[in-house]
This record gives sequence, C-alpha cells and structure tokens, in this order.
Amino acid sequence: MSLLELTKVSKRFGGLMAVGNMSFALEKGEILGLIGPNGAGKTTIFNLINGYYPPTKGEIFFAGERIDGFKPHVVARRGLARTFQVVKPLARLTVLENVMASAFLRTEHRDEASEIALEATAFAEMEDWRDRLAGSLPLGMRKRLEMARALAMKPQLLLLDENFAGLNPAEVQKTIEIVRKIHASGITILIIEHNMQVIMAISHRILCINYGEKIAEGTPPEVAKNQQVIDAYLGVAADAVPPRSPGDPARA
Amino acid sequence: MKAAAILAAVAVVLVPLVVQSPYLLHMLILTLLWVVLGQSWNLLGGYTGQVSFGHAAFFGIGAYTTGILVKSGAAPAMAWSGLLLGGVTAAIAGAIIGWICFRLRGPYFALSVLALSEVLRLVAVNWKRLTNGAEGILFIPAFNRKAYYYWIILAIAAVSWLAIRAVMRSKLGFYFLAIREDQDCAESLGIDTTKYKLYSLMISSFFTGVAGAYYFNYMAFIDPSIVFSIENISIMMILVTMLGGVATMWGPAVGAAIYILVSEVLRVWIKSGHLIFFGVLIIVIIIFFPQGIVGSVNQWRGRRRRPPVRAREAA
Repeated sequence: MSLLELTKVSKRFGGLMAVGNMSFALEKGEILGLIGPNGAGKTTIFNLINGYYPPTKGEIFFAGERIDGFKPHVVARRGLARTFQVVKPLARLTVLENVMASAFLRTEHRDEASEIALEATAFAEMEDWRDRLAGSLPLGMRKRLEMARALAMKPQLLLLDENFAGLNPAEVQKTIEIVRKIHASGITILIIEHNMQVIMAISHRILCINYGEKIAEGTPPEVAKNQQVIDAYLGVAADAVPPRSPGDPARA
Repeated sequence: MKAAAILAAVAVVLVPLVVQSPYLLHMLILTLLWVVLGQSWNLLGGYTGQVSFGHAAFFGIGAYTTGILVKSGAAPAMAWSGLLLGGVTAAIAGAIIGWICFRLRGPYFALSVLALSEVLRLVAVNWKRLTNGAEGILFIPAFNRKAYYYWIILAIAAVSWLAIRAVMRSKLGFYFLAIREDQDCAESLGIDTTKYKLYSLMISSFFTGVAGAYYFNYMAFIDPSIVFSIENISIMMILVTMLGGVATMWGPAVGAAIYILVSEVLRVWIKSGHLIFFGVLIIVIIIFFPQGIVGSVNQWRGRRRRPPVRAREAA
C-alpha cells in the first residue's frame, strides 16, 4: 500500500481549475519530485494534501486512511509535516522556541520538547542560531528553520516546498545533504523545486504538472527527455533548438 | 535572587500592618484588582494575539453572579464563595462566545465580545427581577477592615499571576504564542487553533470573572453601567496592558500601578481631567514606547525577551 495516494483529485477556485484529475502515489521511503511552471498548481497540491484546502473532487489517502477534508492540524498529527514556500517563522520566538512549539505535537512535557528541538536544530545544522529570534534570521536559515520545525514533528511524510529557492550554491549543497539525511532517517519526501540540478540529483521519481494536470511521471532521465516537459517547463538551450518538424508525434 | 523575591513577597503581605491609611490601602487594592484584569487581558490579547474589546462582559458576569447570589438571600459572607462561581460562569460565557467566533479569524471575535458586553449590560438594566435593573445591587460588606480585602485581592493577584506564568511556560503557552505569530503555521504544526484560542479565552475570562466577583464584594455595590462599562473596564484593560507592556509578565502590574496612581492622584487635583491626562499618556506611550514600559525596559537591557529555555551547548 502506498504511503500517500491521490485519486482523481481536483481543486476549483471559482472558474479556475487549479488542479484537475490529479492521481499519483508515493511509496514509503521514496523521494518524489514535483516540478512544473509557475502557477501550475504545485503548492495547491501541497495545500490539498496538508488539509489547508478541501479538494473539490477526489480522494486523498495517507497511510491507508482517507484524509481529504481533515483539518491541517489533524493531518499533521497523523504524521505529515510540511514546509512553506513563503516561509512562516514564528517571528517573535527564538529558533529553539519555534522548534519546541512544533515538538509539543509528540509530547506534553517541556523538557522532552526542548530535547526534541535540540536534536532537530542539530539535524538541520543550525546549532549556533538557536537563541536568535526567528524574525531576525537570514533567508537561508529561515528555510532551514522550516525543515527543523517539520522534523521535530517526527513525521512519516515530509512535504518540502521550494526549500532551495534563493539559496547560494554553498547553502544549496548543505540543504541537499540535510534532505538526504532526513531521507536516510526513514522519512518519505515529496519535494517541489525549480532547481533542476537539485531535483534531478535527489529524486527517485519526478512528476511534472502543467495547468493543474499531470503531463509526465517517471525517473529523472525519463522526465528530462520527455518532450512535453521540455516544451512546458524545461525549455532548451538557445543554440540547441531543433528544427521544428510538423510531424513530430511528441507535439501532436 | 530567590531570597529577594521571597523578601519582597513577605513585605507585600505585611503592608496592611504598616499602612494604616484606608485611602492608601484602597489604592493598593484597586491596583491589585487591575493587575488581575490586565494580566487576564494580556494572556488572551498579548500572548495569544486575540484582541478583545469587551472583557467587561466577563467582569460583569463575575460581579453579577455574586450579586444575584446575595440578592437571592445568601448571607454576605457567602458572597465570597461567589468568587470562584463568578470565575466559572464567566469562563462558561467565554467558552460559548469563543466556540462561536474562534472558527473565524480577523476582527469577528473582538467585535462580538464587544457586542456581548453591551447586550449583557442591557439585560442587566432591564431584567429587574433578577438584577434590580439600573438601581443596582447593594449589600452590607462582610468586613469592615480594609486589610482583609487587601489580603484577599493580593491572593487572587498572586494566584492569577503564577497560574498565567505556569501556563506560559507549558505546552499551552507555546501554542498560544504560535497562534499569535501565525495561525496557518500553527495549524500545520498540528495545533488545533480553534481549541487553543478557546482555552486561552476561558482562562482569561475566568480570572476576569473572579475579579468582577471580588469587585462586588469589595465595593458592596454594583450596577450595570459600572461593571459592563466599555470605557472604564473593557478599554481600560487594554490600555493598562499596553501602558505596562503587552505580552510581558510584569507589564500589566506596572500599567495598573500607573493607572491607579494617575487617576486617583489627579482626580483630587483636576477632577475628571485625569482622564485627559491618562489619554495623553497612552498616546505618548504608543508613539514612543510601542512595547510598553516593561517591554521597552527589556529591550534596553539587550534581551528583547528572555528565551524560556536556553539552548545548551552541545556536550
């Protein structure tokens, strides 16, 4: 049984079909990359899984239980953590307090919560930042705080929403290491990312969407070669534009 | 540090043995009453970020709970049992209004509770068989020594202060702060925001109700326009907290002391002109010290807020 399964999920905002008839499954232990142009509906899919929006149609299963229609805090308790593309630090709390607030999901005791928070901040390699107010962190550390906070919830599945965006190359490398460590600790990951080198390097499988619909799914090399993905999203180098042939079946 | 705190506590308890002036004791009693009110508002408005414009609703419910108890024939001494009862009825009222409003975000709660306090005032004016209407409820107070009243309100203030401190150091406190900072984030961290906002409101309205019940016992008189007053209770609870420092443990106490000092002292000199002075003071504070007195002092001391748990060095 898949850890996460979406079957024919749609989300409509008035006249706009943000996500249409989306079906995919995520196996335990997998890293699945979710790519697509801006506005394709990637974050909406996260918001549907996480319970922020109820789907207009379709069903979402997590660990064998149907979770669509559950509120975010219920979904979180079931073992699903997420980070936000637009980071949401609890600004007037310190880094450690931020992570403790999240660690209280798994304990009633303050000592245990601080224990979990110390571990999670160490895991995200932000030991030196623990006493800083979250609102005063630079962007790279805010993105890391999102991960530390999600880890402190001890999730089964982690949804990462553009945790690499806006990072410098050194930070990107560091974040790749952290994501791999998280995965090695037994957490399944669904990741949205625009940085193709990153997504190709860490994903087992990739799902590409456009206009809220799935256009390709497969291993990174398969998806990278898929003509629809290239047309909609990847594009080609300017000096490598192939001559267009009207009979190209991939464009039919 | 601990010894100093104990010494200070003993000194505060012994005050009535030294201070003989009933007027001075009266001011201290009012100050302590406002410490309770300010701290109650602070828990909900300051720490949980749910601003209430109508906490007089809970103050009045607490006061009228004891008032109706006395009016229905209970002995004056019995009115003291109304302290707890007043808190409980206020907390129940809080639970009901919170249950209705806290599913929504934004100004709904702040305005609904304002409306609630006005509705309750009108009920208290018009339901004469229950409340004596605008005549109010008068009774013969239990004690004639102010010292007893001082000790009772001191105990209430100490219990509420310690209880709120304990709450803010627990899981509950972390959840309240998370809700204040970002409700979407709090939800995604597994926090049932509706439920925890309700808890915060219930604790806050409980202590406000206890203060209301105490007020009836101490003043031996209430009427609807006093205890359900928007400007003298609801708004003043906000101003006292802001003056002292929102979301600080000592802010409401400092705010209460200044409020009572300013209003009582100036009342003697310039009659109701003291309200103008207090208003100007609030404007100055908001412009120059938006974090309130205690908040600004904390900032000057280079620690915007003390982290409740210091990250230990990795061993």
